[in-house]
Amino acid sequence: MTEAPLLRTEALVKRFGDLTVLDGIDLAVQPGERIAILGSSGSGKSTLLRCLNFMELPTAGRVHFHGAPVGTAGSRGEVRYRERDLADLRRRIGMVFQQFNLFPHMTALENVMEGPRTVLGQPRAAAEAAARAELARVGLADRGDAYPARLSGGQQQRVAIARALAMQPEVLLFDEPTSSLDPELVGEVLRVIRALAEEGRTMLLVTHELGFAYHFATRVLFLHDGRILEDGPPERILKTPREERLQQFLARFTEFGF
Amino acid sequence: MYQPDFTDILLNVDLLARGAWITIALWAIAFAFGLAVGLGLGLVRSSGNRWLSLPAAAYVEVFRNTPVLVQLVWFYYAFPVLTGWQMSGFTAAALGLALNTSAYCAEIYRGGIASIARGQWEAGRALGMGWARLMRRIILPQAVRRMIPAFTNRGIELGKMTAIASVIAVHELMYEARLLSSQTFRPLEVFTVIAVIYFIVIYPGTLLSYRIEARMARRS
Repeated sequence: MTEAPLLRTEALVKRFGDLTVLDGIDLAVQPGERIAILGSSGSGKSTLLRCLNFMELPTAGRVHFHGAPVGTAGSRGEVRYRERDLADLRRRIGMVFQQFNLFPHMTALENVMEGPRTVLGQPRAAAEAAARAELARVGLADRGDAYPARLSGGQQQRVAIARALAMQPEVLLFDEPTSSLDPELVGEVLRVIRALAEEGRTMLLVTHELGFAYHFATRVLFLHDGRILEDGPPERILKTPREERLQQFLARFTEFGF
Repeated sequence: MYQPDFTDILLNVDLLARGAWITIALWAIAFAFGLAVGLGLGLVRSSGNRWLSLPAAAYVEVFRNTPVLVQLVWFYYAFPVLTGWQMSGFTAAALGLALNTSAYCAEIYRGGIASIARGQWEAGRALGMGWARLMRRIILPQAVRRMIPAFTNRGIELGKMTAIASVIAVHELMYEARLLSSQTFRPLEVFTVIAVIYFIVIYPGTLLSYRIEARMARRS
């Protein structure tokens, strides 16, 4: 018997109007797994990630956290979510966004302290010490007093990672964390994520960086039209893809190789 | 050639000073109240709660789409008929101006809140913040900065609007001016001086808002 999955989705469906973005996703995330989620745009990979911490509410299906279903089922099978329960869940699941979304009216240090201070209610001194440690971990110990507008994209994203880490989350969700960065800034962010991987953290990463996914992940998912088409270790998924869709997807990345 | 004569005005300078003081009091009370009530209304309209949002919207539209003059006169002459409670001209004017200003401020708050990018909401929610905390810590501090020019406009408008209170016998600047003008037959002198006093009273408010704006710009 393996450990209970940290996160599990059960027949997860998400529709935006007539458009079905997720079409029945069953996924179990074991503690310590690092899952890279691949797929073309519109395949539902970001939406899947965003359903895990309820940035989007699923249209149908359930999410289980530590074996317990989130939300309460109503009489007609519909699931009701209380904003308060979702907030409690979200403080245990960290998220890093494509657009960083730092709070522009706060310094880097204040950004990192904000969650521990106001959500977890930590005393200022403790939160500040912890925030400084997180900034040091992402290599920005000396930029704590800078406002986000004064930081490069790569630095902003590293602050955003520190902000997520300061909450001591049990899972980290990365939603295309390097997609809006200039190519020369991608490396500094990926190195930080790789260092976190070495600590054995549970992480899910939506990315277009195939090389990074290969080295980073313990498991790779390939989504297409809202379904998981392939699921396995990176070696097998990326080196010997079975599905034709995945082969086409991977071919696009090698088309202009040299 | 007309010979200006300011003697009568100088003799009645205490009257004008008192009027200016009442103008300032009306202005301060109505603006403070308008900002506070407007915040409440703006938050309600931003909350997405239909049952609260609809009455708030109705309130805003009533006060924005009827003349202030009618509103003040209504509170002074019509409200007592309805309730049997006659308030003083000053109270009626302060109330009317405050409610009118709160309606405009509500729209400024609502617009400012709506202008904050969705990513800010998501970042706050991802940290486990509830609506109220997110609003207080993340959204409002950013939104208020953008609102300052609009609030400045509103404040200046309100400062000038206080003159309307003269029609319900509030002894503010405009009322005293009309009184003085009819007693001295010197409208040119009286209303020129009054215009200057209004400017001296209102302009520092504008300067203050420029300073607040500049200070906030430096901080980000």
